Formats: sequence, structure tokens, C-alpha cells
Amino acid sequence: MKRILAILVEDRAGVLTRVSGLFSRRGYNIQNIAVGRTMEPGISRMTVTVDADPLTVEQVVKQLNKLVNVIKVSDLTDELSVGRELILVKVKAEPGRRSEIQQMAATFRAKIIDISPDSMIIEVTGEEQKLQAFLLMMQEFGIKEIASTGKICLLRGSKVTRELRS
Amino acid sequence: MKLSGAQMVLACLEAENVEVVFGFPGGAVLTLYDELFKKGVKHILTRHEQGAIHAADGYARATGKPGVVIATSGPGATNLVTGLATAYMDSIPLVAITGQVATPFIGTDAFQEADITGITLPITKHNYLVKDIHEFPRILKEAFHLAGTGRKGPVLLDLPKDLQVEEGEFDYPQEVDISSYKPTYEGHSGQIMRAAAAIKKAYQPVLYAGGGVISSGAHAELLALSQKGAIPVTTTLTGLGGVPTEYALFLGMLGMHGTYAANNAVHHADLLIAVGARFDDRVTGKIDTFAPGARVIHIDIDPAEIGKNVLADIPIVGDVKLVLQEILKRLRPGDTREWCDRVLHWKKDYPLSYQQKDDHCLKPQFVIEELYRLTGGEAIVTTDVGQHQMWAAHYYRAREPRTFISSGGLGTMGFGFPAAIGAQVAFPAKTVFCIAGDGSFQMNSQELATAVHYNLPVKVMIINNHYLGMVRQWQEFFYESRYSQTSLEGSPDFIRLAEAYGARGLRATSVEEVAPAIKTALQIPGPVVIDFHVDPAENVLPMVVPNTSLVEMIGGWEK
Ligand SMILES: Cc1ncc(C[n+]2csc(CCOP(=O)(O)OP(=O)(O)O)c2C)c(N)n1
Ligand SMILES: [Mg+2]
Repeated sequence: MKRILAILVEDRAGVLTRVSGLFSRRGYNIQNIAVGRTMEPGISRMTVTVDADPLTVEQVVKQLNKLVNVIKVSDLTDELSVGRELILVKVKAEPGRRSEIQQMAATFRAKIIDISPDSMIIEVTGEEQKLQAFLLMMQEFGIKEIASTGKICLLRGSKVTRELRS
Repeated sequence: MKLSGAQMVLACLEAENVEVVFGFPGGAVLTLYDELFKKGVKHILTRHEQGAIHAADGYARATGKPGVVIATSGPGATNLVTGLATAYMDSIPLVAITGQVATPFIGTDAFQEADITGITLPITKHNYLVKDIHEFPRILKEAFHLAGTGRKGPVLLDLPKDLQVEEGEFDYPQEVDISSYKPTYEGHSGQIMRAAAAIKKAYQPVLYAGGGVISSGAHAELLALSQKGAIPVTTTLTGLGGVPTEYALFLGMLGMHGTYAANNAVHHADLLIAVGARFDDRVTGKIDTFAPGARVIHIDIDPAEIGKNVLADIPIVGDVKLVLQEILKRLRPGDTREWCDRVLHWKKDYPLSYQQKDDHCLKPQFVIEELYRLTGGEAIVTTDVGQHQMWAAHYYRAREPRTFISSGGLGTMGFGFPAAIGAQVAFPAKTVFCIAGDGSFQMNSQELATAVHYNLPVKVMIINNHYLGMVRQWQEFFYESRYSQTSLEGSPDFIRLAEAYGARGLRATSVEEVAPAIKTALQIPGPVVIDFHVDPAENVLPMVVPNTSLVEMIGGWEK
């Protein structure tokens, strides 16, 4: 089962290695990971998607909490939250197919951010299902390369992650 | 006050009341050693960094205070790895300080550069690569704090050469503030009430105590709970010494080489009270058949231990001493008379046993029993790893906490002798014995030089079976006696080895020679090695067949 963990960490050298190393060392598989800053200086937020049963996840969370640089770990899976991921897709785009691609992009509310004689880069944001659907459609034209940010999440409403009980 | 990085280390050692450091110098710690020289700090120079860190570990296990070890960069630092892992697995407080190449050279594969913080990440409680002298006072304070609080463990500080010279303001912090590190000491009162209620209701309770009891100094509370609640008690290898051996309801060690009484009691228990223990696989055997009918109360300072291997019905996170005190306040004993009778019968009918028949084939168990008899169980005993370790656990019967010192979690051969050196440094007037294997001793026998150098009267008793005995035993049982690479031919004459270092060497090959050898060793004021030639075919029994339940044991108690 997929679980989404939001991990607040001190922004110290090596902290990423500590967190990701813990996952691999204890045999937990990271499916997706995103790291970025927060409003508080010196504190970063990692969003990690793992595929594991609830007991394993409980153990992951406890082990993460033991890392001295980890400030808080929250399991967002069962909370009302919004999650997004951003993908850049480079597709083959011969002049004859460009408008088709443009239409498709519009349907997905994706943006075209670069055009060359035979390719385009499209930026698309969304939840997993939408992104998968989009990639499926793009495959028809021929995807040359993609880059993605990894999924990030916030709780819905005014509550912030720090207020969640851990 | 302005101090250099090296001076800061020494100021910190003073502030933390560190009375001795163990270590080995090199290029990247020259400045540190120069300050050490100027300050006259007590330093034990070993002959290998592994010896230094095991000695610091032995010191920590014997005293409860953090052990401190220093090594140079690169190979000096990597030589600490086994010692760090050993301490980490048994939650022993250590502070390891390594030199590192100068800051501008980090990451360039400079001479003697090794990424020791990267390497030791999974085997330290925490580690630091110091990059800014202004952060160093805080880091020093944090290192000692982390090592010695919560679930204890080793912390490593990697200090680049240039920062040892660079000066900064030194104001040693009084307090530590790590927002993300706040161990829970007091148990949850609701859970404690539930635990007390479960104890009241239980008919067949068992206390299963681990190294956490030693670490938190909870032995008196453990005994009180066992006595007041009439609850039989068993310990793990690292819990030995936590319960007085002559105490009637003490069942000895449990697990793979546990006693019949301990393993049966746990197997038939209706309530298992795990105190500072972590359900290691050497303890539980096949996990889903472990204590099948028991509700589990699990008390531990580390929340991650609870529910890791075995689900707890009543988890209590906290310092085991404090939690046991609270349980004791609310304790109303259940009716355990019948159960205690049954357990005591097991204890009486199925004792640990061996047969010392022929005078000329010395049994290793006999040697250790004699040591117990002649020291009254009052020595500090360290062990290496293997058969002799299990026999030491069975027959030495340590009476006091911190007097039985053994590498449990990692099972590190070569640990015993340097650990004995550390314990002897801590308690110069005490009798310290290392019960060593002929294989294990050769992994750190160079430390004889250290024992001689500082005139540390450590007594090494080599249980010399001419084999890597424990491995040989498994080959005999499970690999049709194909003794692949376990015969130790070519081992030195241990008497002459000892004498080459200027220590004394003794030998005993028959029953009558055992006591005189031990007595002679006790009278010699310096280090002694006694080479006991024992039956190479002897096996450690009882033994739980691997991957079965604790009661599926190969005998040893038959009369
Ligand atoms: C560093 C290390 N290497 C290998 C082992 C595997 N091992 C466990 S017990 C043992 C045999 C130890 O032989 P010895 O010290 O002579 O003790 P004995 O079992 O004969 O009493 C070995 C090789 C280990 N525990 N530690
Ligand atoms: Mg041997």
C-alpha cells in the first residue's frame, strides 16, 4: 500500500543521505522523493512515497524519528491532502503534428514551454493519475525524455503539517 | 575565551569529566595529540585502533560512562568501524574523535582521506563532520549528550586538521537543545496501570530482561518486581549480571543457548514482560512460535524497538528504571504459586550440565566454573565470541551488573581482550578476566603490548580448543562434520607469545592444573595469559535448532 510521508528535516549536510540511506538499509522501497525548502530557515521538507504495509510504515516512521536531524515525520496518507507533481516532457513534434499536441496539452492544462523544429517541451502539473494519462497520450507522438519533481503534498484546510499528531 | 579546535576538545573532555582516552595517533591528529601532551591527559596508547575502541567500549560497559577514543584520518578512522558497530548494536555510549584531512582537501582523495562520516552513518547513533570552528563547542556538547542519553550509542566527530589549529570562541554550552531529540523517560501512566493490571491477572508471567536493565541501572527494580510479584526472570546475554545468580527465581539466559527452564518458561508464559530487551533472533528462535500464548508488555526507551519484531499488547516507552519504579508502586501480585513451582522444577530437573570424567581431557565448562569458584563471581569478566562465550554465560554466573562484558548484538571476535583492558583501566584494583577463544584472541593479541606498557593486570584465559569452535559445532551439526577452514593449526605457543611481550604465560591441560593456574595468575601483579587446553570436541548445549521454537532443544541436561 502506498503511503505518503512528509518529513521535516534540519537542513544540514548529509541529511538527505541519512534519510534515503535509512530507507534502503532497512529494506523499504522509496517510490518517489521530493525535497525542498520551507518557510523556516534551516528546515527542509521531504515528501516520500513508500509502498509498504501499515506495520512497516510505523517502523519506518519510528526509525526516521530516531535520526537526530529529523524534526517531524507525518503520515499524510489518511489525511485530507492535496498532492502535486510537476513533469517536463520532451516530445517529438514534426511541424505537421504540432497543433494536435497543442490541443492535447490544452486538455490537460499543460503548458508548452519550448519549441524546436522537431520537438517540444511541455510542462504539466497534477496528481499521479492525470500525469499518467498525459504521458500515455504523449507516447503516441514519441517521448524523447522526461524530468519530474517528485510528489509534494499539503494538508487541505488551515491545518499545517506541524500540527498533526505524530 | 579563544581556543583552537584541539584545545576545545581538551576543554570539553575536562568539562565532561573524562578521566581517560584511548587512541592511536597519526598525521591528521598531530595537533590534537600535541595538546594532549601539553595538558597531560591520561591516554592509553593501544597497538591498533580496533583495540582502542574496544577498550573504550569495555571502559564504558564497566563504568556506565561514555568511552572516548581518538584515531587519525583514513586508515585510523576505518579501523574504528568494527568497534563502532559493536557499540552501536549493544547501545554502548562512546565518543569517537577522528582526524580528517584539512577542509580544502576534503573530497579530493587527499592522502589518508576517507569519508568516515559516510562510512559510519549506519553504525553510529549520530555523527558530525565539523566544518566551522564556531559550531564546534555545540557539537562537542551534543556528541556527549547524544552518546549518553536516551538509547545510548556511539557518536563520531570528524575533525579536519586545519580546524584543530583554527581558533574560535569557546563557551562550553551547559545545556543541549536539539529540537528533534527528546527521549521519553517517564512511561505513560495509563500504560503503566494496564501493565500492573495485567501482572495482577497473570498466572504464568515471566520477566525477560535485556541490556537495557544494565544501561539504565534498573537491576534493583527488576529484582524487586520479580520478588514482589513472584515472577520468574530470565535475561539475555547482555542482561547477565542484572539479576543475582543465586536468586531462586532466576532462570539463567534464554534463547539459542538458553537454559531449559528459561526457554520453557517463556514458551509457556501467559504474560511476557520484556524489560530493555529487543527480541533479537538469537533470543526468540522462530519468531512466530515465540511465547505463543503470552500477552506482551514491552518496556524500552527506544520507541522503534516496540513492535519491531514482536507486537506488544502493552507498549511502554521510557527509561526502564523509572517505569519499573512506577509499576512497583501499583503492583499487586497475581497468583503465580503453581507456575513458580513448575518453573522451579524445570530449573532443578534440567540444569546446565557437562561431564568432567577423564582427568586428561579438560572440559571448558569446568575451567570456567573454577574461575567462578576462585573469584567468588566477583571479578569483571569479558568474553570473546564463540563457544567459550556461551560457556562463560552459563558457568561464570556474574553477580553484579557491569561485571559481565560481551559483544552481544554484533558478536565481535577479538572484542574480549581490549575490552578487558578498558575495564581494568576503569578499575585498576579489581580482578579482570578475559575469557578468550584461541581464535578470537588472535584477532587482537597485539594488545598484550598495551597491557604490559601500562602494567594492567588483566588475566586472559584462553579456552584453547584448537578450533573456531562455534563454527565447527555448526559444521558438525548441520554440515555433516565437514570442518571447512575451522581448524586453527599454526596458532602460536601462547605462553611464549605472552612472554615475548613481557607478560606471564601459564598453561593447564588437566583437571588438577586448573585451580593452581588460576590462583597463580591471581597472584601475579601484571598481565597473564593462561592457555587452557580443552576438549576440542565439546559442544555448547543446550541448543535450539535454528529456525524452530525455543523448546525444540538439543539436550545437555540429561543425567
Ligand atoms: C570478527 C568475526 N569473524 C567471524 C566470526 C564468526 N565466528 C563466530 S564464533 C567463531 C569461532 C570463534 O573461535 P574461537 O575464538 O576459538 O572460540 P570458540 O568458539 O572456539 O570457543 C567465528 C569464526 C565472528 N563472530 N566475528
Ligand atoms: Mg577456539
